[in-house]
Amino acid sequence: MSTATETAAAAGVIPGPETPTRRVKRRLTSRTATIAALLIAILWTVPTLGLLVSSFRPPQEVVSTGWWTIFSNVGFTLDNYTNVLAAGNSQLTMAQAFINSIAITIPATVIPLVIAALAAYAFAWMDFKGKDALFIGVFALQIVPIQMALVPLLQLFARGEIFGVPVIAAFGDGAGYAQVWIAHSIFALPLAIFLLHNFISEIPADVIEAARVDGASHGQIFFRIVLPLTMPALASFGIFQFLWVWNDLLVSLIFADGTVAPMTKLLAEITGSRGQDWPLLTAGAFLSILVPLIVFFALQRYFVRGLLAGSTKG
Amino acid sequence: MADFFRWLAQLPPLAQVPIVILAFLAVVGAVLFFIEIAPRRGRRYTIIRLAVSVLVPVVTVFVVGSYTWAAAIGAVVGGILFLVDYRSRQGAGYLLQLWCFLLPAILMLVIGLIVPTIQTAVQAFMNSRGTEFVGIDNFVWIFTQPSGVRTVVNTIVWVLVTPVVSTIAGLAYAVFIDKSRGEKIFKVLVFMPMAISFVGASIIWRFMYTARPADQEQIGLLNQVIVWFGGTPYDFLANSPLNTLFLIVVLIWVQTGFAMVVLSAAIKGVPTEQLEAAELDGTSPWQRFVNVTVPSIRSSLVVVLTTISIASLKVFDIVRTMTAGANDTSVIANEMYTQFKNFETGRSAAFAVVLFLLVLPIVIYNARQIKKQREIR
Repeated sequence: MSTATETAAAAGVIPGPETPTRRVKRRLTSRTATIAALLIAILWTVPTLGLLVSSFRPPQEVVSTGWWTIFSNVGFTLDNYTNVLAAGNSQLTMAQAFINSIAITIPATVIPLVIAALAAYAFAWMDFKGKDALFIGVFALQIVPIQMALVPLLQLFARGEIFGVPVIAAFGDGAGYAQVWIAHSIFALPLAIFLLHNFISEIPADVIEAARVDGASHGQIFFRIVLPLTMPALASFGIFQFLWVWNDLLVSLIFADGTVAPMTKLLAEITGSRGQDWPLLTAGAFLSILVPLIVFFALQRYFVRGLLAGSTKG
Repeated sequence: MADFFRWLAQLPPLAQVPIVILAFLAVVGAVLFFIEIAPRRGRRYTIIRLAVSVLVPVVTVFVVGSYTWAAAIGAVVGGILFLVDYRSRQGAGYLLQLWCFLLPAILMLVIGLIVPTIQTAVQAFMNSRGTEFVGIDNFVWIFTQPSGVRTVVNTIVWVLVTPVVSTIAGLAYAVFIDKSRGEKIFKVLVFMPMAISFVGASIIWRFMYTARPADQEQIGLLNQVIVWFGGTPYDFLANSPLNTLFLIVVLIWVQTGFAMVVLSAAIKGVPTEQLEAAELDGTSPWQRFVNVTVPSIRSSLVVVLTTISIASLKVFDIVRTMTAGANDTSVIANEMYTQFKNFETGRSAAFAVVLFLLVLPIVIYNARQIKKQREIR
């Protein structure tokens, strides 16, 4: 678990006595470097700042003057937010889409996490024939871009058939969020199983053995030992999955139609149809990035740890 | 199940969340309870095992599909599973436990990922309705149409530019801020875009790029800068081929933070003895960076480069939101969706297959590097 220590080191400067090493490193950080770093930091922050400032400016100001003139054109309003919450398409408003985002994201985070943890436990601590081959198979599924699975999966939901053989009852029109939940859960599994397996298999074998000697069954070991010990890993992956689902556009474009569409989909649609309506777009965009930003700032440690532990998905 | 979901869909959205999670956890709880009692000895538990092995497939089949013949097959399969388990080497009940842990995930992966991938691969060789075999016509269409070629070329440009620029920017930034005062805040500022959706990022940058006629005040910062320097406003997203580069800027903006965090962690792991020794030898900071730091973080550099390459190959949201592929900016993932929306299933599948084939070597290389990196640690 060297990643965890590295993250701790990365999270902040560890204070200590002035050693030759520190002097070497300090000289590397010359003044030009600091200025360059400042420049990059400003360049990276200004776009978001512009959006934030604009979203609070009166609509007529937003479309007529630049947001950097805020000090000469003072004005503050929440109108953009009230307007964008009521805006939308014929089927739903942004406020409803916001609720949809929540309703899609939470189950689509919990379900794959639990299923992946169960499978990861079996791969890590149960013996069976063909275990390695099966695990490599699951691992290899990460190479499949979700684009390969989207359309046939949609057809399965719509018609209930695989290669013409009826398999499930078709969901039809009124199934609500079910399609998005299931799709997101499935697409999350390969990476989730792989990452959680890495953590669960790092639990010392002595701990598991001791529990077994005491007569604990696999169910008890999983529930009483493995789950508590892998909480940090579950948290990291949970945050990742939460942000991934919340920020996703592709899966919701295919699986979340009409009244169950999340914010990203509605925002993308409004950007297409009312691309110059900046008062609306700035407020809408900021609303949609608000939740990820809160999650990000509150749980940054887990986020960074998860990032260092594995790859990305898609 | 379809009926359950239809009933659920009528409830208020926020009421659906706890209900579906509770229902799910109840099923998981039942599974764990069965795992708990499965390995116990005695006739009573044998009967329970038999009942569960036969009933669970039957009930599952009824719940998801309600076909009687399928339920009969499920019952037979359940009986076979029971017998296999009963005679298993690790004692009766062991395999049933194992299946309880594994099968939910495996079944979901087979039904939702493996089978659909095969179907897409087949559809790529079928006509738009998927009724007739057309050979490689769909691929020929992609690579002979000017717009199709353009799409592939754009995707390649994305993959060539984004990883290199983000990695260099992230590495430079990580080095600049290493051990500086306020490192943590510096990091958060550049890292923050990682949390923002591509849709949000696209809107942020569309706003930056906005152009207004020269006689009006500019509201997009970049055009204002151009005007300040005496230029005329430029429509960043309208003119090919530069517009693709301006879309790439958005992904670079997002991915630099990722590169910075990973590389910064790697830089902290560079042995200080080597840096000191190099300094005693009278090397310049630049020489130390090139000859000591870069070789020691090589594997992290490769992982960052390949990970961002994969993200650039699959880029969809940015193109979709900013231009929807207009003005020659389309990429493979966007075209795959566009063709699907136009009911051209065959062509859409062909684009997906092309994407798959492009991603394949990079992902394999990336996975091997990650494995290697783990072994070093």
